[in-house]
Amino acid sequence: MATRLPKKDVVLVGFGWTAAILAQELTEAGMQVLALERGAYRDTVPDFAVDHIQDEYRYAIRDDLVEEPERETLTFRNSLQETALPMRHIGSFRPAVGAGGAGVHWNGQTWRFLPDDFRIRSHTLERYGAKFIPRDMTIQDWPVTYQELEPYFDKFEYLCGISGKAGNLDGKIVEGGNPFEGARRREYPLPPLKRSYATVLFDKAAKEVGLKPFPCPAANTSAPYKNIYGVQMGQCTFCGYCEWFGCGNYSKSSPQSTIFPVLFRKQNFEFRPYCNVTRVDLDGSRKHATGVTYIDAQGQEFEQPAELVILCAFATHNPHLLLLSGIGKPYDPKTGEGVVGRNYAYQITSSVDVFTDEILNPFMGAGSLGQAVDEFNGDNFDHGPHGFVGGGYIALWTTGGRPIHQSYLPKDAPKWGSGWKKAMAENYLKACSIATHGSVMSYRDAYLDLDPTYRDVYGNPLLRMTFDFHQNELKMSKFLTDRATQIAKAMKPRSFHPKPRTGHYSIEPYQTTHNTGGAIMGSDPRTSVVNRYLQTWDVANVFVMGACAFPQNHGYNPTGTVGALTYWAADAIKNQYLKNPGPLVHA
Amino acid sequence: MRSFALALLSIWVGAAWASTSEHAAIERGRYLVAAGDCAACHTAEGGKPFAGGRPVPTPFGTIYSTNITPDRETGIGEWSPEDFYRAMHEGKDKQGRHLYPAFPYPWYTKLAREDVDAIKAYLDALPPVRQENRKTALPWPLSVREVMAGWNELFFKEGEYQPDSSQSAEWNRGAYLVEGLGHCGACHTPKNALGGPKRHRTLEGGYGENWYATSLTKDVRDGLGDWSLDEIVQYLKTGSNAKGAATGPMAEVVENSTQHLSEADLRAIATYLKSVPEQKQKAKGPGDDRQRLARGEAIYIDQCAGCHMENGEGQRNAFPPLRGNAVVQSKDPETMLHMVLAGARVAATRGNPSGLAMPAFDWKLTDQDVADLATYLRGAWGNRAAPVPASDVKKVRKSVVAQSSR
Repeated sequence: MATRLPKKDVVLVGFGWTAAILAQELTEAGMQVLALERGAYRDTVPDFAVDHIQDEYRYAIRDDLVEEPERETLTFRNSLQETALPMRHIGSFRPAVGAGGAGVHWNGQTWRFLPDDFRIRSHTLERYGAKFIPRDMTIQDWPVTYQELEPYFDKFEYLCGISGKAGNLDGKIVEGGNPFEGARRREYPLPPLKRSYATVLFDKAAKEVGLKPFPCPAANTSAPYKNIYGVQMGQCTFCGYCEWFGCGNYSKSSPQSTIFPVLFRKQNFEFRPYCNVTRVDLDGSRKHATGVTYIDAQGQEFEQPAELVILCAFATHNPHLLLLSGIGKPYDPKTGEGVVGRNYAYQITSSVDVFTDEILNPFMGAGSLGQAVDEFNGDNFDHGPHGFVGGGYIALWTTGGRPIHQSYLPKDAPKWGSGWKKAMAENYLKACSIATHGSVMSYRDAYLDLDPTYRDVYGNPLLRMTFDFHQNELKMSKFLTDRATQIAKAMKPRSFHPKPRTGHYSIEPYQTTHNTGGAIMGSDPRTSVVNRYLQTWDVANVFVMGACAFPQNHGYNPTGTVGALTYWAADAIKNQYLKNPGPLVHA
Repeated sequence: MRSFALALLSIWVGAAWASTSEHAAIERGRYLVAAGDCAACHTAEGGKPFAGGRPVPTPFGTIYSTNITPDRETGIGEWSPEDFYRAMHEGKDKQGRHLYPAFPYPWYTKLAREDVDAIKAYLDALPPVRQENRKTALPWPLSVREVMAGWNELFFKEGEYQPDSSQSAEWNRGAYLVEGLGHCGACHTPKNALGGPKRHRTLEGGYGENWYATSLTKDVRDGLGDWSLDEIVQYLKTGSNAKGAATGPMAEVVENSTQHLSEADLRAIATYLKSVPEQKQKAKGPGDDRQRLARGEAIYIDQCAGCHMENGEGQRNAFPPLRGNAVVQSKDPETMLHMVLAGARVAATRGNPSGLAMPAFDWKLTDQDVADLATYLRGAWGNRAAPVPASDVKKVRKSVVAQSSR
């Protein structure tokens, strides 16, 4: 029997980037806001402090900051014909557990999607015709434009203190920035990070092959920064422990380093750790949520009433919770009907390892210290001769030179023993890698639903993921890898080693934590879960944040767009919904 | 009839006037209570405001702060304004018993009567909290309150602040706040063996709760000699400036007290502090044991330079500089050692809410490591202060309850 708790105005499920932003914005509007987080409270000091955080074994190998598959996992299969099996280890993506969410252990690569990305279906039809889109590809336009989101991209960047160089200021192309980006209202809040030598070599080589390289936008501060809420950040020290680690120097943007200090002082905000939300509770009409049910660390069940429920959990967990709660019609790949779980997508990556004669000092790195080219992203090039939709950026990142994971050896180097040691000694300081980061379109047979067999510790069905790379993506990734190889050659290296992505998607090796879709936004309730303000079509007082709202995944890391969508939704909640609770869009 | 109406009107007007002036007194009291940082002692961690019970460690034993809410039985609800003034002015309670000078009456005695009355008016307006006072844990003979009469005879000079006509009104206001309500000397003035303030060495640096409170004199190394008036104001308003950051008990002072003061009062405090004369004795030179300095520097580069930077200049508005830092160069290195061992958090204020923190290194660095590091810092980049022996670190390690950083 669940214990009923006093009602709150707003309950946030999960406490990462999206929840922290909403908590800050909605408490400003006078709401009583409660955040329920399945993990612990975590702060820069002591949890990520510089005295111990650079511990690759503890965090990268033992997975100390990410979810534990023995408590929370999902089942996976490549196709409808297979039987899905539960993941018992962290694999190709790393959802977080604990306050700050994956905003703690990310690299800080903070991009904006391209203006054309937001109308990919219309744009592709206009430029290439209907035949260009494969029959089983279910891409659709976003219900919001780049121009509408621009102020919110800007706000998120000024929250984080992004280091970068504008390439398009109000329509004017600026030398040294990304000439393909959408128009931005002003420069980045901070100048780009100091370059690593490897990125200097990449920059030179890219220019030689006729491309326009630019510094990648980084949520690693190039100088001390005071953000829009008055929170102070330090300057990045290039320690090289961003990805999979928390930042001990207050120099990687995270909810902790940008929002917590002001949020946790507020009387109308409450944070409750170790609360696993298992249901959004609906009233008899099933059109109105009464709150959520959660289970605490002792296994006690609680009912938390609230006027407004906002799902802010990881991209795969939000659709899971919608399915468990019976909000929205579950997607059925056989009929193509239903919406929850539809259009799950991911990212497709590949790389070209480069071995130089010069010392590169890879250990001096930062999560988003990189130089990129964007000629092959989105529709920045003519897709006509290539026969695929989508694209990606090519970048040389110097994220760090961690001893276990972040080293590169030539293809022919021995895999063990004294030969391996010798090769490692010869190559550690003289190797880098060019990465490609490609879009993944949505397909009729890529989706999320409830597993018919396996259950979690609370007895609820696990989420089942059905996903594989399609020919369109493999073709596109090969195209990107070939372009990356051209740049690698122009670096005039000792040797290089292309590592294309081929064959079926494997959920085992780590690739990227860029899971998208499953609760997508749209302008038609028959093909989307939430409207343009991330409000569910079926239950007006339930909103769903995060990358699960992306109708398909584009060629950039998702966090910048997630941040912008969150501020966009927060604005709609504050200025429209609270004044007149009910559906914000009438279909 | 008309005169009756007039009389009624005058009563009504009188009542309204009384209530506005009462409100003004309460608001004035609220400000003064902040300036006096009463909450620092009288509000226990996690306790009800001003209900007391907070342990105040003294070299002689632990004293527990008392309940100063208007509860009639356990608080000071039965105290008259006269009773309260006597406590503030003479250090005696309602029954006439001596209070211990952990209650800073040697400073509060300087307060003007109207300020004391305003403080009482504010405290009377608080919600009463029923909470019995805890007995102090002092050894005999200090447990006998009458002993304090002798202490007062030796160290206590009763009397309200008398303005110095040769100084400006601003300077006098600053002196009133620093030497009176602010009771800065309770920590910043050295004490003798009996806990009495060394009046001839006012604000030269002293001890409070396992921290060494730096000198507030004009000394350029461990005092305020290098700080401009604006920098002092900024420090008291926001918790940090280009020269340093408030941590430990001073962070609490800034959070609870000085950030709430008016710009004019902060300028007055700064004006007065800038006039406190330099210490007479010269600081000892830094260490010259090359091996120790090299070890200290290596530890600095590995553990500290990420935030405080290789050149010791810190990062503006984020991490304080160690070059020219008063805490690093203070006569007694206790505060620096405390911070290295137990970590520290900068004051979080309205002007600077971040509360950036440094982790504890007690689990990672030995006494000798910390001593070498401190010795290096006290001679690096033009800093000048005596070397630190490992025995000092051992002593501080014992006295601080270092929180695990893992």
